[in-house]
Amino acid sequence: MKIRIKFAKEGAMKFIGHLDIMRYFQRAIRRAGIDVAYSEGFSPHMIMSFANPLGVGLTSEAEYFDLVIRTEYPSQELINRLNDVMVEGMRVLNAVQVPEEKASKAMSLVAAADYLVRFRYPETLPVDWKDKFSTFMKQPSITVTKKTKKGEKEMDIRPLVYSWHFEEDGIFLQVSSGSSDNLRPELVVEAFAKANDLPLNEFSLLIHRKEVYADLGSDKEHDFCALDALGKTIV
Amino acid sequence: MRKLALSDEILLQVEKPARYIGNEVNAVMKNKEDIDVRFCMCFPDVYEIGMSHLGIQILYDMFNQKDNVWCERVYSPWPDLAEIMKEKQIPLFALESQDPIKDFDFLGITIQYEMCYTNILQVLDLSGIPLRSEDRDWDVPIVIGGGPCTYNPEPIAPFFDLFYIGEGEIVYFDLLDLYRKARKEGWSRREFLLEAGKIPGIYAPSLYTVTYKEDGTIESFAPVDASLPAAIEKQVVMEMSDTYYPTAPVVPFIKATQDRVVLEIQRGCIRGCRFCQAGMIYRPLRERSLEFLKQRALAMLDATGDEEISLSSLSSSDYSQLPELVNFLIDECDRRGVNISLPSLRIDAFSLDVMEKVQDIRKSSLTFAPEAGSQRMRDVINKGLTEEDILRGAGQAFEGGWNRVKLYFMLGLPTETEEDMKEIAHLAEKIAERYYEIPKDQRNGKVQIVVSTSFFVPKPFTPFQWAPMCRKEEFLDRAGIVRREIHAQLNQKSIKYNWHEADVSVLEGVLARGDRKVADVIQYVYEHGQTFDAWGEYYHQEKWDEAFAACHVDPDFYVCRTREEDEIFPWDFINAGVTKNFLLREWHRAQEETVTPNCRMQCSGCGARSYKGGVCCEDKN
Repeated sequence: MKIRIKFAKEGAMKFIGHLDIMRYFQRAIRRAGIDVAYSEGFSPHMIMSFANPLGVGLTSEAEYFDLVIRTEYPSQELINRLNDVMVEGMRVLNAVQVPEEKASKAMSLVAAADYLVRFRYPETLPVDWKDKFSTFMKQPSITVTKKTKKGEKEMDIRPLVYSWHFEEDGIFLQVSSGSSDNLRPELVVEAFAKANDLPLNEFSLLIHRKEVYADLGSDKEHDFCALDALGKTIV
Repeated sequence: MRKLALSDEILLQVEKPARYIGNEVNAVMKNKEDIDVRFCMCFPDVYEIGMSHLGIQILYDMFNQKDNVWCERVYSPWPDLAEIMKEKQIPLFALESQDPIKDFDFLGITIQYEMCYTNILQVLDLSGIPLRSEDRDWDVPIVIGGGPCTYNPEPIAPFFDLFYIGEGEIVYFDLLDLYRKARKEGWSRREFLLEAGKIPGIYAPSLYTVTYKEDGTIESFAPVDASLPAAIEKQVVMEMSDTYYPTAPVVPFIKATQDRVVLEIQRGCIRGCRFCQAGMIYRPLRERSLEFLKQRALAMLDATGDEEISLSSLSSSDYSQLPELVNFLIDECDRRGVNISLPSLRIDAFSLDVMEKVQDIRKSSLTFAPEAGSQRMRDVINKGLTEEDILRGAGQAFEGGWNRVKLYFMLGLPTETEEDMKEIAHLAEKIAERYYEIPKDQRNGKVQIVVSTSFFVPKPFTPFQWAPMCRKEEFLDRAGIVRREIHAQLNQKSIKYNWHEADVSVLEGVLARGDRKVADVIQYVYEHGQTFDAWGEYYHQEKWDEAFAACHVDPDFYVCRTREEDEIFPWDFINAGVTKNFLLREWHRAQEETVTPNCRMQCSGCGARSYKGGVCCEDKN
């Protein structure tokens, strides 16, 4: 059966890259003694697929991967067993059963994500930065130059921001995510800083992912559903 | 959450920040209030190399079993971070607590190869510890060295307060007890070193003086205080199945060089290859029991979740219960989805059968280490492998479906002639021809043979410790002879030839058999910016040339000389188990091209029998 694991990655763990997190979980699953399915061949590997990778330096409370297991366990047992073998900064939050078919793979479902973007040195910002940001977001379009493999490309990122508000001295952003129209939240804040001549470098932002969604609606009307809400709790 | 020693900005700027954050699975955290001795273990190279080292894992586990001791780890910061730390004056820190090394009681440095000597100085420097023992007081940790290079500690003697000669499992806790006493009773640092130097196996270099003859060789070597021993006794573990061995090794987040559970099945080697230092200094061969190994293998797999397990020893085929162990592992690993890696196996019917079960033949290659091309040369070095063995093994493997072979040789061995060098090419050719004896429809495409040569570096405590080493030009000429001869072979297109850098080998030769005078050169070159000599891209021969000249030290003195049989070597004060008489006997037999039987066939009286155990006391029925 296929299960979906939701986990948090915080503290020093933000310095561990995506591929190493995959290796970390493969080992953690073995340590937890969970009976998983392996691929055939001389170097068997777990049948595991991650939703969208998190960049180094970012924290998250909504990372997902799918895993095929051979023995059924109640959700709570899976959560407990994995949490017993986690290191500081890693926490398993949920484990649900999801449909087996390819179309429901975590990776291909991702449509949107919530982020909290905060400033590492808020004292360097003008006192009225929130007003400035509100004005900035009222524009119908925000054009940025995005570096691609083939060169540079102009794109309008405003339509890719689905909603936003201020939260804990930072900015909450719900943005388009996934394989097409993926918007990195720092792009929004960098565009804002550039438009307002604010000092900002690559280390100025603290970015935290809060949720990742599939879209059950249409292009015209989104209906976002958290990736673990698509599955069902195993009792 | 722990506070990291480095800021986010720094960690996000450097390559692989995971090297510096600790927090790995099975890393040991303790409460500082409960601890009376803090020990930091250092491997003076980059994290991925250091984390692959079994010795530290064993000692880390051993120390941390004590409630009042906390052992942590530190590795060399990669040049990108080292530069930032130097510039911003950030002190080097331990991974677990992230506290400065300077706050520790001990800094233990494992010294596995000569090319890390400059990194040792960098670790001291970044920690804020004076480079020389004579300049240190109680405000910095006791710096103690261990590992194979301490069998000639003299080139780095001034940088260490103490050396531990031999296997770490034996006297460390005696040393820690003495340290507690010294600090409680307010001894001076020198008083402590003096008492420490009386513990078997512990060498306090500052308390020994060397005098030299006019020709630069050693005239005398003696302790400054009559209460210190004239000879330092190597420490060995004689009870291999009732001793420290981790059940839960630390699991790195990033891929280490040795990214798997390591099961050390035995220590020592019966073979007596005359170039091999490990084969001499780890005598006698001592096996761990099958039960012990089974138990540890499963415990480590459970505690790490690693996907591969590897057997470790100098010659795994000599482990007497190898089939039982391997069959047990094959069953257990299959069940767990774990791979088995079996290095250092002799190629024979058994090993081919095992390899067929655990590897994908199409992707794996056979490895032979004949070390020399001609039988004459192999007799000189006492490498028991014959051409017949190699061709038989290769033939069986080819018939089993393998088509890739790696061959390892050394160039510059004592007495080597042009014919010996050319025989390397001829052996590769014979292997290729053996492959093409298989009918075309039964073989698996073309054969690929990779021949690699390294340059021979004579090491202390081997029969070749008297031997001269080639100069750089001679090495490269010899590699040229092999290359041209390979090109002249019928199947040259199936044979690829790699050879090692010659500069580094010559420097390794100086550092391996150097004396205390070489320490000035190491310090000079470090102070002029040289580190990471083991990494080609950071190795700068011209800096070393400059350092030798500036310190008036002639490298040729250490590498090019044939040493007199009665010469006092810098390392002669160590009793490593094998006697100088035995080594000299072997040096003579080498010149006579006479093979010495292995320890299981016949005792050669090397001296290791005095430990009263291991292969020396095996039932010879």
